[in-house]
Amino acid sequence: MGQITLQQVRKAFGDVEVIPPLDLNINDGEFVVFVGPSGCGKSTLLRLIAGLEDVSGGMISIDGNDATALPPAKRGLAMVFQSYALYPHMTVRKNIAFPMRMAGMDQAEQDRRIEGAAKALNLTDYLDRRPGQLSGGQRQRVAIGRAIVREPSAFLFDEPLSNLDAALRHGMRLEIAELHKRLDTTMIYVTHDQIEAMTLADKIVVLQAGVIEQVGSPMELYNSPRNVFVAGFIGSPKMNLLTGTEASNRGAHTVGIRPEHIDVSATEGTWKGTVGVAEHLGSDTFFHVHVEGMQEPMTIRASGDLTMSHGDTIYLTPDEQRFHKFDNAGLRVE
Amino acid sequence: MARAVTNQRKALNTVIAWSIGFLIFFPILWTILTSFKTEADAIANPPIFLGFDWTLENYAEVMDRSNYARFLSNSILIAGGSTILGIIIAIPAAWSMAFVPSRRTKDILLWMLSTKMLPAVGVLYPIYLLCIQLGVLDNRFALVVILMLINLPIIVWMLYTYFREIPGEILEASRMDGASLKEEILYVLTPMAVPGIASTLLLNFILAWNEAFWTLNLTSVDAAPLTAFIASYSSPEGLFFAKLSAASTMAIAPILILGWFSQKQLVRGLTFGAVK
Amino acid sequence: MATQSSRSAARIMMAPAVFLLLVWMLVPLGMTLWFSVRSYLPLRGGDQGFVGLENFSRFISSSAFWPAVQTTLFIVGGVLVISIVFGIMLALLLDQPLWGQGVVRILVIAPFFVMPTVSALVWKNMFMDPVNGVFAHLWRFFGGDPVVWLTEVPVFSIVMIVSWQWLPFATLILLTAIQSLDSEQLEAAEMDGAKWTSRFAYIILPHLGRAITIVILIQTIFLLAVFAEIFVTTGGAFGTRTLTYLIYQRVLESQNVGLGSAGGVYAIILANIVAIFLMRIVGKNLDK
Repeated sequence: MGQITLQQVRKAFGDVEVIPPLDLNINDGEFVVFVGPSGCGKSTLLRLIAGLEDVSGGMISIDGNDATALPPAKRGLAMVFQSYALYPHMTVRKNIAFPMRMAGMDQAEQDRRIEGAAKALNLTDYLDRRPGQLSGGQRQRVAIGRAIVREPSAFLFDEPLSNLDAALRHGMRLEIAELHKRLDTTMIYVTHDQIEAMTLADKIVVLQAGVIEQVGSPMELYNSPRNVFVAGFIGSPKMNLLTGTEASNRGAHTVGIRPEHIDVSATEGTWKGTVGVAEHLGSDTFFHVHVEGMQEPMTIRASGDLTMSHGDTIYLTPDEQRFHKFDNAGLRVE
Repeated sequence: MARAVTNQRKALNTVIAWSIGFLIFFPILWTILTSFKTEADAIANPPIFLGFDWTLENYAEVMDRSNYARFLSNSILIAGGSTILGIIIAIPAAWSMAFVPSRRTKDILLWMLSTKMLPAVGVLYPIYLLCIQLGVLDNRFALVVILMLINLPIIVWMLYTYFREIPGEILEASRMDGASLKEEILYVLTPMAVPGIASTLLLNFILAWNEAFWTLNLTSVDAAPLTAFIASYSSPEGLFFAKLSAASTMAIAPILILGWFSQKQLVRGLTFGAVK
Repeated sequence: MATQSSRSAARIMMAPAVFLLLVWMLVPLGMTLWFSVRSYLPLRGGDQGFVGLENFSRFISSSAFWPAVQTTLFIVGGVLVISIVFGIMLALLLDQPLWGQGVVRILVIAPFFVMPTVSALVWKNMFMDPVNGVFAHLWRFFGGDPVVWLTEVPVFSIVMIVSWQWLPFATLILLTAIQSLDSEQLEAAEMDGAKWTSRFAYIILPHLGRAITIVILIQTIFLLAVFAEIFVTTGGAFGTRTLTYLIYQRVLESQNVGLGSAGGVYAIILANIVAIFLMRIVGKNLDK
């Protein structure tokens, strides 16, 4: 079981309120990702759930029981830290065994679980090494192994991939997704990377300045962002946001169109512009286009076959059905 | 990037540095050499550098003095006891300051430092009087406590600077893993801080071993450590160079060896972390 | 950042150290202040009541006071100058590439670990003895008349002994500071055409500024309290009586506790003036 409910949870450091009262419900078995720019309070929120920080108000309940005042160890949660936080003076085996040793579990059961975790995480050959002798990815696995053996009701991940290089990061992301499917345990995952959020989550919680901007499945957030912030934050490359006449023509204060919803032509279209930087990814090419009468360059996603280069004239045609419209408070209007 | 330097230049540096090093070390070397001479060789004119009859009789004689062993054991007990007692009191305090800092942490640390700055002579009589009234003048345990208090600020500071280098996430991980505060300090923090704790132990043992204000003023016979033993040579026995040297060598040899191990940590400990 | 329970645990764990040091500071300090305003002669009638600030004015106006201040300043100043000037030179030398650097370091640092009573006695007898001392042999070898160090130039002799003990400390700290200098800075200066002397004056010396200040402050605090070196060499005779030694004599030798305590209060004030500057530097370092 791993159902976590936050009711009017609030956190202030001295006079600074980093998280205004907030409600959130996390269902058993769900993969929830907290995403937002740095300093948005996502890590603090995770630490509140873990019990590493006190709430300044409100209630946290885990599986229906009030856990607000429980110390971290009593909450039945396991955490994987950004720096992995392995015990450098213990072998991998001892690291993984530590939570079980603290719980006073009998040795045979400890061994059984360590073997199981080591096998699942490809660590069997490294059990007698120390963390200092392992690569970043292996350390990450040990940290996960230490979390798994406790059989927690939920896993908490605090930016677990940010210390890995790009190639490893993709591999570990798949492994974590795999792990979730296999264990079917609640996972709460904090990241500032919206690609990680989109690919891993059942449910994404977008945070900004301690406030939840939107909660929803990746596709909900992509298709109907609730406000301008979410619209700009989710999706890569970023949505083009337009104000002024283009917006008022379409009956809104701000309109947004995603780079993949604009057609490109060398001869005719709604907007005329010149190609700035072209980023060739192979399958796709991103064009940054300076459109006449617009302040900001517009980003376009086009097929990789399209050959156009710096200074060429280009015509753009947005798919009118795909425009997102926002009022002057930044909220979505249908 | 270190640059290649001509061997000539390096040789010149080496010669100068070794000469100066030798000069600075010479009084110690001379003391050690003299301790193996006969009293006659020790005051020979001109002095004999190496070509004398090596003898151990000075050591035998110093050891034979029935009380030498007591001075030595007092030194070990006082320096060791005060250091260990200090560490036991300082570890929890340093843990608090390093991992649960509050607005007052800095003030408390600086205040502790300020107690170290209190000139001993300013409080000599009160301490002397208190020792008499409590009946602990010339008492080893009293010196253990006093030297512990003198060095406690340094111990707290050194441990604090070492603890601060340990990532707090690891301690948090142990908390998540179900470790109690005692287990967290015992199984996670202390083993990780072993190098830091060891150098703190070492440096403070040295400082306590060499402390020569309180040990001279608060002891006479029973609790007197080696500092007082050597001071008793001030006259006229000091004119017996060979025996003075043997006694001196025995008093400083263990500390010289320990000191060489701790020289890197010395800087951090004595500058309160301001120079690393 | 922590929880309420860890904060209260922290307070409890800090309590023993704080409490002990508080007692260690306040009780003797209070007693010293109390004695300093009383006429207290343990062997000659005991506590003879409140005398106001008389002890303070008598301590300052006694004929021994100003010479003691001079001696103190001379010893502190002399040792500071010697240990810092030679310390910088030694540190620069040891930072150069040379064979056996570790061994030289060990040789240079050794005097710091020698017990003060041992170093004072070894110097007094085996080096400064006018008949059999190493210096006497040296002087005679060059045809000079041996100097009776501790009576002819007593203060200078003590400065020499104490400098020998503290030079290693200064060298070690300055060496650590030099080694933390980014060598790219020096290379950049070299590319800019700076000569060795200007590299030293404009880059190395400013970089050492903080370390030098720290050496000055810490050594001053220890040097003000120099005791054993005087105790076993001259016993305060021949003008080697420092403020610390004067107070010691008033309190334990002539058993005039009131007067000695007033002197103690002066010593505490003096040390605190130095300590404030030191704490500023250390405190700034904490904010990082």
